[in-house]
Amino acid sequence: MRNTANRNILRWRVRAVVLCAVVSVVVAACGGDSGDEGGGGSTQKVDMAAELKKPATITVWAWTPGTEEAVAMFEKAYPNIKVKLQNVGQGPPHYQKVRTVLKSGQGLPDVIHMEFQFLPSFKITDSLLDIKPYLPENFLSNYPEWIQKQINLDGGIYGVPWDTGPLALIYRQDLLDKAGIKTPIKTWDEFADAAVKYHKANPDSYLVNLPGGQTGQWLGLFWQNGALPFSGDPQNLKVNLTDPKIKQVTEYWDRLYESGAISHDADFVDAWYQGFARGKYAGWLSAAWGPIFLQDYTKSSKGNWRAQPLPQWEEGQNASGNWGGSTLAVLKQSKSPAAATEFARWILSERQPVEMFSFERFLFPPQNFMLNNEQWLNRKYPFYGDQQVNKVYADAANAVDLNWQWSPIHEYVATQGDAIKSKSVDQGDGATAALQPWQDAVVTYAKQQGLTVAGE
Amino acid sequence: MTQATTTAPAPATARVPGGRRKRAGDRHGVAGFLFTLPFIALFLAAFIAPLAYALYLSVFREQLVGGTTFVGLDNYTEGVKDQQFTDGVIRVALYLLIQVPLMLLLALVFALILDSGKVWLPKLFRVGIFVPYAVPTVIAALMWGFLYGRDFGPFADVADAINVPPPDFLSQNTMLFSIANVATWTYTGYNMIILYAALRAIPSELFEAAAVDGAGAVRTAIHVKLPLLRPALLLCAIFSVIGSFQLFTEPQIFYSLAPEVIGKAYTPNLYIWNLAFADQRLNYAAALSFLLGIVVFVVSYLVMNAARRQEAR
Repeated sequence: MRNTANRNILRWRVRAVVLCAVVSVVVAACGGDSGDEGGGGSTQKVDMAAELKKPATITVWAWTPGTEEAVAMFEKAYPNIKVKLQNVGQGPPHYQKVRTVLKSGQGLPDVIHMEFQFLPSFKITDSLLDIKPYLPENFLSNYPEWIQKQINLDGGIYGVPWDTGPLALIYRQDLLDKAGIKTPIKTWDEFADAAVKYHKANPDSYLVNLPGGQTGQWLGLFWQNGALPFSGDPQNLKVNLTDPKIKQVTEYWDRLYESGAISHDADFVDAWYQGFARGKYAGWLSAAWGPIFLQDYTKSSKGNWRAQPLPQWEEGQNASGNWGGSTLAVLKQSKSPAAATEFARWILSERQPVEMFSFERFLFPPQNFMLNNEQWLNRKYPFYGDQQVNKVYADAANAVDLNWQWSPIHEYVATQGDAIKSKSVDQGDGATAALQPWQDAVVTYAKQQGLTVAGE
Repeated sequence: MTQATTTAPAPATARVPGGRRKRAGDRHGVAGFLFTLPFIALFLAAFIAPLAYALYLSVFREQLVGGTTFVGLDNYTEGVKDQQFTDGVIRVALYLLIQVPLMLLLALVFALILDSGKVWLPKLFRVGIFVPYAVPTVIAALMWGFLYGRDFGPFADVADAINVPPPDFLSQNTMLFSIANVATWTYTGYNMIILYAALRAIPSELFEAAAVDGAGAVRTAIHVKLPLLRPALLLCAIFSVIGSFQLFTEPQIFYSLAPEVIGKAYTPNLYIWNLAFADQRLNYAAALSFLLGIVVFVVSYLVMNAARRQEAR
């Protein structure tokens, strides 16, 4: 009897210990998501000179090749600031990791790579620091107006521009010459004729490839046509993906898909790179950063590539769109906001690192001083057969509509756009048929998230 | 003649004066508990705690504008009505019905052949069939993605050489079979090893008895080995059922190759992952995870029940 009684007590003790363990672990897990507020929040000017003398360690998450060199340059200029650079992925995986650490409140970096289109999405979750107090007075005037509008949200500044992606058409001069296509191609009508003619002469090859699911590229094309499908105001969110200007673009491409003159293979995968290597695609509606990806796969066609402005909807117009482009942003919970902001500002404004990024890494610069830099404008690229390509892209950058805004739910817009449009295009239904479902999905999600959609 | 007398050793439960028995019993119990403590701690931290946290998350809803609110079972009711989720569940159920029996049959046949002793270099084949399991799933999916390639894969090259259109392994109609193929290639060896080990454990007297009775290799396999393999087969079946419902890696990798076929919700796990990390809807994702867990539990229970009923016959 006594034996069982003691065994019972032991059993209860064990249960009590187990219960306590479970509860404590659960509580620890639940309680870990409130990070402390680092600096920021105040709009008073900060005494940067004093702040930057203090020793600091900052963590930077960025994926652009060449950032390590910029870090080395910065550490030389500021020996008391240590920089830890990490590449946690390119594009979607990077943002997913940022979201995860923001949620957990631990392991947060100070500075993050943030493409322009994602700035409102991270601002709405109050994740970004307004770095205006840490920047010089005339900071915005260093950039063209459309870039200013992208980073200057609600009176604050949320990112330091790194590179931009103005759209242009790059093509294989040798392949187009062989097919008898006259370049430059001035209008979209001319382009359609050229595409059909080219594919007829080369049944295994296409003038360009336009995947149904590359939302960034499509939005750039809509941007070129003057569409403004989004607004950034969460209290009066505008979502208009069925605008006639957008339909004009999708209907144009649907006709080309139907005629078989344009392919719609998925991009940035092995088969797509091989396509360029083997001459399956004679051109690409590419952003300025595009050719970097082709370097390794176009060794045999090096020197045959040319760049020209995007074809226009009407003769004589000069409009372009933008695809991608990045900034460096500072997280609100950063413990060293002054050091973090100065890092971002320094490597993206000082001559030495900016010239490294522009000349050695082929990034398209956003700064006025680079865009007007004669040496950069006149630079000849062997890949382009010694064409002065930067002039083409600089003209395109100047032709980007100022008024484009991004929605604060861009991750969802992009992933839904990718999925819905790619399915529709690959099944042969075309991109136009995907617009309404895309619109509906985005509006439903916005309302689910508590945003007020304009007109609903 | 003197006979050595042996006294049986005192049984462990023999009466011992005083309270020694009680203390021995206590020490026994506490020692056992202490040995399992590392496992219990890990189990709690890595399994129970996240489950509890997920359960907690699943009864809330967080909005971009409006913060977090308690919504009770709303996420669950939404999940049950969610077309994408139910389609995904039906899809993996279909996948399961095709892939699991086929794979287990293959594993069984290989195990029986290897066990029959009539194979030249059995160890080489055993390792060879098992090697795909050692390949990380991501690498395997990437590799198969290349093999399936419509433009530049080896099948496409062969098709070009004999002038037929290349087979499209990643189209709407063939995607599930292609994924099933990758999974079969990966897991047949694993299941085969389990079945082979079970076969090795069968006492050889049974085979001798069968041989005496005049049974050949095939009859021995069907009437002697197979019934004794039932527990191992059931184990493999349950593992495969649970694994199939959790199908994630292959669709995830194939998404970049054929986004129009895979989409965001090809399998329930893929849908849950996209909801959590792409759409930031962690609460809904948590609720769907539990719903999926319930489905897996029910199906596993049905499989075990069917097996038990068969044994009782």
